[in-house]
Amino acid sequence: MHRGKGMKFVGDSRIKGLQHRMPNVPKDYSEYPGKTEAFWPNFLLKEWMIGAVFLIGFLLLTVAHPSPLEGKADPTDTGYIPLPDWYFLFLYQLLKYEFASGPFNIVGAIIVPGLAFGALALAPFLDPGPERRPSKRPLPTGFMLLAVASIVFLTWESVANHDWEAAEAQGQIVEEVEIDTADPGYEIYSGAACISCHGDNLEGAVGPALTNTEHTAEEIAEIAVNGIEEDGEQKMPPSWEGSEEDLKVMSEFIDGLSE
Amino acid sequence: MLNKLYDWVDERLDITPIWRDIADHEVPEHVNPAHHFSAFVYCFGGLTFFITVIQILSGMFLTMYYVPDIENAWESVYYLQNEVAFGEIVRGMHHWGASLVVVMIFLHTLRVFFTGSYKKPRELNWIVGVMLFGVILGLSFTGYLLPWDMKALFATKVGIQIAASVPLIGESIKVLLAGDSTILGAQTLTRFFAIHVFFLPAALLGLLAAHFIMIRRQGISGPL
Repeated sequence: MHRGKGMKFVGDSRIKGLQHRMPNVPKDYSEYPGKTEAFWPNFLLKEWMIGAVFLIGFLLLTVAHPSPLEGKADPTDTGYIPLPDWYFLFLYQLLKYEFASGPFNIVGAIIVPGLAFGALALAPFLDPGPERRPSKRPLPTGFMLLAVASIVFLTWESVANHDWEAAEAQGQIVEEVEIDTADPGYEIYSGAACISCHGDNLEGAVGPALTNTEHTAEEIAEIAVNGIEEDGEQKMPPSWEGSEEDLKVMSEFIDGLSE
Repeated sequence: MLNKLYDWVDERLDITPIWRDIADHEVPEHVNPAHHFSAFVYCFGGLTFFITVIQILSGMFLTMYYVPDIENAWESVYYLQNEVAFGEIVRGMHHWGASLVVVMIFLHTLRVFFTGSYKKPRELNWIVGVMLFGVILGLSFTGYLLPWDMKALFATKVGIQIAASVPLIGESIKVLLAGDSTILGAQTLTRFFAIHVFFLPAALLGLLAAHFIMIRRQGISGPL
């Protein structure tokens, strides 16, 4: 930096000209002790490859196990048993014990987690000695092992005590379609051949459910008359044998079920 | 061509020292799994960062479809999951990534703890790391509500009750998070969205920068 007397303001710069710049040449690591490796590009390339393998495994996981989505939130459902994501289960389980719930709720909700997190944050000051080996500092090592063991135990207890089947049932996405069996459309439907394959409540049996079809009324009528043929294969046989008027009423009824 | 471009920028901004700071440092033998396989424990921090990047990218794409409003939040997630091309994969990455990042940051914390790497002179970096842990947990908690499905709503109810039981400031925290002292609804969802997408990521990026600047300044801790 050129400062003081003789300072030029126009065109002046703290950045030195080309001739003074640092050459962009990596250090020679051969002089370093041990089998030291340059981060760029040697080590980073290896990391990159490990990362690629990891990413493939991760993508396979997302394809094999689609992320769950329960039914839309309904605050009026008072019977729902709540469950946090799995990494908060230990905290959730802690709050179920007598000494940490009810009048002692503050113990489980604030004091225990607060102490644990506070101790973690202040670890360098609680354990200020120069020793680094775990065996040379038994207290910090012991407390950490105890904490990890408690987290594992509490998570285990929570998983073991949770009714997973009930949890799955209570969260399911329910297709709420009410079938009005008094509707003239339904009467035509139940009197025709349709009901034998598509079910009493149009929920589907041999054929698919009709409660949420993407077809318009006209398309439904056309399918009922001609059936569905794909790739030379008869997916649905021509089924309609009634009158035009009945067909129109029924297809509009089915179309009306899907909003 | 590239060299000329580099020189052109370097002549004006003198970027070589910055570049050398970021890229040109040695990886000691004791942290390199190529030399000692057990050194894979030193990879957890890097993996945490890698998954964090995945979370940021997948999250950016999720917001292209997600609507933070109680009428449409669930519908938009359902649409994203079932109709949008690759939506299932992008949401899957964000969902599973949230679990993985917690696992990885936990393992990274244990590695640093059991190698005693938090000791002088690295106390500050440890504290920043614990704060990062807290931010990640906050992101997990706020993100859980956003699909606005049954488990999201009721888990958040419990979470907010826990927050409300903090002495003195509990009620204020509750109102800050939920937007109301009794109702958990429309206001809560938008608050959680704002916290999840703007406030916490901003804190995360700032803390990450501090974390990395400190590790570059101090280097990695030596062998035991």
